[in-house]
Formats: sequence, C-alpha cells, structure tokens
Amino acid sequence: MAKILMKGNEAIGEGAVRAGCRYFFGYPITPQSELPHYLAKRLPEADGVYLQSESETSAINMVYGAAGAGARVMTSSSGPGISLMQEGISYIAGAELPCVIVNMMRGGPGLGNIAPAQSDYLQAVKGGGHGDYRVICFAPASVQEIIDFMKDAFELADKYFNPVMLLADGILGQMMEPVELGEEETVQIPDRAWAANGMRGREKKNIINSLYIVPEDMEVHNHKLTKKYAEITENEQRWEEYRVEDAEMVLVAFGTSARIAKAVVDRARDEGLRVGLIRPILVWPFPVKAFEKVIPHAEQFLTVEMNMGQMVEDVRLAVAGRRPVHFTGRPGGMLPVASDVFQEVKKLMSGGAK
Amino acid sequence: MEKVFTRPNSLKDIPMHYCPGCTHGIIHRLVAEAIDELDVVDRAIGVAPVGCSVFTYQYFDFDMYQGSHGRAPAVATGIKRVVPDGVVFTYQGDGDLAAIGTAEIVHAAARGEKITVIFVNNAIYAMTGGQMAPTTLMGQKTTTTPFGREANSNGFPIRMSEMLSTLDGASYVSRVSVHDPKNINKAKKSIKKAFEMQIAGAGFTMVEVLSSCPTNWGMSPKEAVKWVESDMIPYYPLGEFKVPSEV
Amino acid sequence: MARVTFREERCKGCELCTAVCPKDLLAMSKHINAMGFHPATITDMEQCNGCATCARMCPDLVIEVEKEGKKVG
Repeated sequence: MAKILMKGNEAIGEGAVRAGCRYFFGYPITPQSELPHYLAKRLPEADGVYLQSESETSAINMVYGAAGAGARVMTSSSGPGISLMQEGISYIAGAELPCVIVNMMRGGPGLGNIAPAQSDYLQAVKGGGHGDYRVICFAPASVQEIIDFMKDAFELADKYFNPVMLLADGILGQMMEPVELGEEETVQIPDRAWAANGMRGREKKNIINSLYIVPEDMEVHNHKLTKKYAEITENEQRWEEYRVEDAEMVLVAFGTSARIAKAVVDRARDEGLRVGLIRPILVWPFPVKAFEKVIPHAEQFLTVEMNMGQMVEDVRLAVAGRRPVHFTGRPGGMLPVASDVFQEVKKLMSGGAK
Repeated sequence: MEKVFTRPNSLKDIPMHYCPGCTHGIIHRLVAEAIDELDVVDRAIGVAPVGCSVFTYQYFDFDMYQGSHGRAPAVATGIKRVVPDGVVFTYQGDGDLAAIGTAEIVHAAARGEKITVIFVNNAIYAMTGGQMAPTTLMGQKTTTTPFGREANSNGFPIRMSEMLSTLDGASYVSRVSVHDPKNINKAKKSIKKAFEMQIAGAGFTMVEVLSSCPTNWGMSPKEAVKWVESDMIPYYPLGEFKVPSEV
Repeated sequence: MARVTFREERCKGCELCTAVCPKDLLAMSKHINAMGFHPATITDMEQCNGCATCARMCPDLVIEVEKEGKKVG
C-alpha cells in the first residue's frame, strides 16, 4: 500500500479507530487540537461517539463510565488538562479499567506555553494522581509509531486492565510524515463479562469501583495492583537500541529528543567516537533491561530531554550508581540543538566527568 | 394473606449503614420500586456519588458504579453513550451535585443527556461531619457555620431544580420530599415518571428529593422530618419545574 | 385482617413509624436489639387494617405488611 502524509495528531485518531476505539471524550486544548477535529468527523463515520465535554475532569469521568460499560475509549489533552484528569485516572487505575489517554505535552509549569516540551514525564511515569498506581506509557518518536502504537496501547490496556498513556509532544502532534496505514483489520475486542452495562440475564451484578473502606481490603487490593505492575515491568519493557554495541557513551532520550540524539550519535560515529542511543519506547515500565546490556562497555550516560531533567532520574535508578549519568536539555518549547549536544558529548568523552 | 408491602427485589436484603431516621433508605426503596415496576432491572445502571450515599452501589441489586465526587453525571454520560438502551441514573447528594459537581450537572442537563438524576438535598455535608452545604439554609447552624449561615460571608443557598429547569436540554425536573407518607407516595410517582421518560427517550430528567439528616442537624428523626416541612419546603418549594410539553 | 411483621434486628429505633400510624398502634419495645436500639412493635394487631403507612415511612425496610385478599403493591 502506498504511503500517505499524515499529521501526528490525526494519526492518533486514525490509529485509535483502527484499533477498535469508538468513543472519544475530550476538551479543547493546544497542541492536540487536530486529534479531536479528526475524530469529530471520523468517529460518526465508524458508528462511534465523539463528545466534547465541559472540562477535562468531566472527559476523564466520561471515559471511566464508558470503559466500565465495556467500550474501547480514549481521551486526549495536554499538560494543564492532564493535570485536571489525574483524579479520574487514579479512579480508573483503582477500578482497573482499560482506556487510552493522550498527552501532547507542552511547556510548563502553570499555563506555561503551547510549545512542544517533555515537561510531564515525571507526572506520566510516577502515577500522576493520588494513591499507589502506575500508568503504562508509550513514547512514540514518529508518526508511523503513533499509528502502530495505538493498537498496542489498547491491547495492553485490555490485557492488564490498566490505563495506558501515549506521551508525545507538540512537534510529533503537528508534524507531517509519510505513514503506511495498511489494511483496516477487523478488531477483536476481548470479552467484557466484567462490564457494568446492564445485567441482561447475568446472575450477579457488576460493580465498577475503587472504594475499599476496610483497611485490610485496601491492602489486598494494593498488593494485587503491585503484583500486576511487577508483571508489566517484567514483560513489557520496550526500547530501541541504536549503535550501542560497543558504545562508551550511551545517550538516553525518548520521543522528539531521541530523533535529535540519533543525529548526534551518527555525527559522533562519523568522527570515530563510540556513541550509541537507548530510546525508551515505553517510559513506564522503564526499560532497565536495556541498561544491563550496555553497562559492561558503557562508561557514561547522557540523557537528552526537552525539560530540565526528569527521565534522568529513572536512568540513574537503572544505572544504580555504577556509571556517571549526565543530563542536557532545554525546556519551554526550546529544542536541544544537535550540535550543542554533540559538543557536550565530546566534552564528556574527553575526560571531563569520568 | 397476601403481602401488601415488602422489599423491592432490586434492593438487596442487607442492612444499610445510614444513621437512625435518615431518609436515604426511603429514597433508595423508591428508586428500587420504580426499577422493579418498570421491569428494567436487567438494563438499570446506577452511579453512586461520594458522600453518605457512597455505598449505594452495594444496596441496589443491579449494575452499579462508584464515581468520584461530583462527577456522576459525567460518568453516567459515558455509560449512556455506550449503552443507549440502559436505564442510567445517578444518585447524588447536595454537596456532590450542587457544589463540586456543578459543572457536570449543568452540562449533562444542557446536553439533554438521557439520564435520570436522583438529587438528595438534606442541606448539609453529612458524611464529613455536618459542614455547610451549598443548600444550607440561611441561619442554619452547621459545623462550619457555628453561628448560622449568613449572607455576608456564606452567600445564599442554591435552588438547583429551578436553575436546571431553565435549560432546554432538561426534559423533566421536579422537587419532592419524603418527610411524611403522603409525600413519599408523591416522590415515588415523580421518580417513576422520570425513569419512564428516560425509557421513552426523553432528555435529561432529575428528581430533587428533600431529605432529613437528624444526626448532623442535631435533632431527633421525628423533629428532623418536621423541620423539612417547616423550614426546608418554604425555601425549596415542591412541584414539577419542567415537564414535557406533550404531557 | 392484617399482619405486620418487624425485622427487629434491622430496626434503628428512629420512631418515624410510630408517628405516622393513623391508628397510633405502634410503639417502641422495652427491650433492645443486637444493635442496641429499642425496636418498633405493634401494640394491638387486631386493630391494624394493613394500610402499610408505617412500612412506607420506615427508612430501613424493617416492616412487612400482609392483608387478607390484597395484592402486593
């Protein structure tokens, strides 16, 4: 099939519909607007529902209702709106419902700005809302990956009864790239015997709930969730390795930053420097296994982010003090420049911080 | 001998946690009776709020959700859009619906969302210890208005039914009370009517039910139901505020 | 001929039923139930016509009412 040009935000919409998602609830915010615009047209064509809510708080609670009723459902926002959704995401995690949440990140804190950034990494991977929970989190780096990952996102949500986030930035949302859509497949959605959609002859009622008023019961539920998160951490680490086989310096970057870091790796290799890249594809669970593979030859790590240093904390946890971990990044919609990052690499490799 | 009064099937035969004389139990029963009589238990889906009625999901014997504080109308919206033939309702208190959940209730009504809202107004936050509610009456003493609610610092109570009835999306809005048997019968009729309208495809329907809170009002249950009549009804008049034109 | 039965163990002693009986037939027992409340009871079953007003007022579904030749409802 021929490739077509698509914007990242539109690709999310098309990818979701092809993954069997028929329900979208959301509130307008930049820079993810093309996604609701796309789905407002596309979902009715597919006999689905597009609903513009009164707030992000409402949107995520509509998702809670729809997911509990058994639907493949998603919402989308950017930093400030994702903050408003945290209450609902916590409920969805507690009630163990599948859904997909898109965060097209922008500059922060506060109203920040609408320029692309990676400012919400910590919020995305450390739970984000109240209580002890985790959200599975994809970090695509191209429009093609967005299309491909939407299917994976819905499938993982179903597999683990857990919210899944697609964490991207305004650049990925706005840019156009050629993508291969492939044939539209019929999607098999797993049985929803647990859904609260009316008993209809079912013997016992279904309850969608995150309340465990008895401490003993809450503890059991927390243990159950923790076991699930451990299973996800064991089974679902995904990353891309780029020229790391003999790398003395390993860059670590996700999303748009990884595209910049890749260019830095190539330039370094051209100059004979042994530099590679680990690109987490899922940022939660964090791909700690990738680090074990490179630790024998890697002398140091440099994370490259579009923020003031967030993922670097997870890299340090993965490296566990065995090697120095450095950071370079730019926040607020300013992009790390490949030549600047390359200068940093050269400086570090010339003995600066061994 | 035949039974003339017994528990409705869709209300589970378990003790309810409410305080002695709290009229939540009556309202639960009326909802369950309506669901039974309309024979829709198989497609009934309820959303419990945060507040005293948070455990409502345990009491009704059909599919239930527990929703976050104030968001039940949004949760119900999500459910109804996925299950259009469901008989979907929320059960919400005054703090839930008229304070933290104001945006959700207004917009569910404005959209004409085909859900039924059972709005229990007892003029106080009960679960958290008797604080002032958006519906607390002028002069009413609560734990956060120890000298009585006064306009200068606390503003005025909200009449939600009157407000919501102005919206085009609202199909049926009424206020009833359960302070005596005659009004309980009227409340039952109104709740059943709201569900009937939802089943018939009408838009947003809401029944506000004036309810008592003996514990946090500092009254005996008998005094409390009298206070509903003497103090609440004058501020919150009973009646149908929005009825469909064809009815 | 009517019969009113009380599920004593569910009664919270709120007395709302005693206030609404048109014949003033209900009263609170002297003894207490497992929850520590004085449960409601009927003082004269013979006088009861099975109107079920008490049952409709009870918040805890303590009261069941039966009547000769009447349908449920």
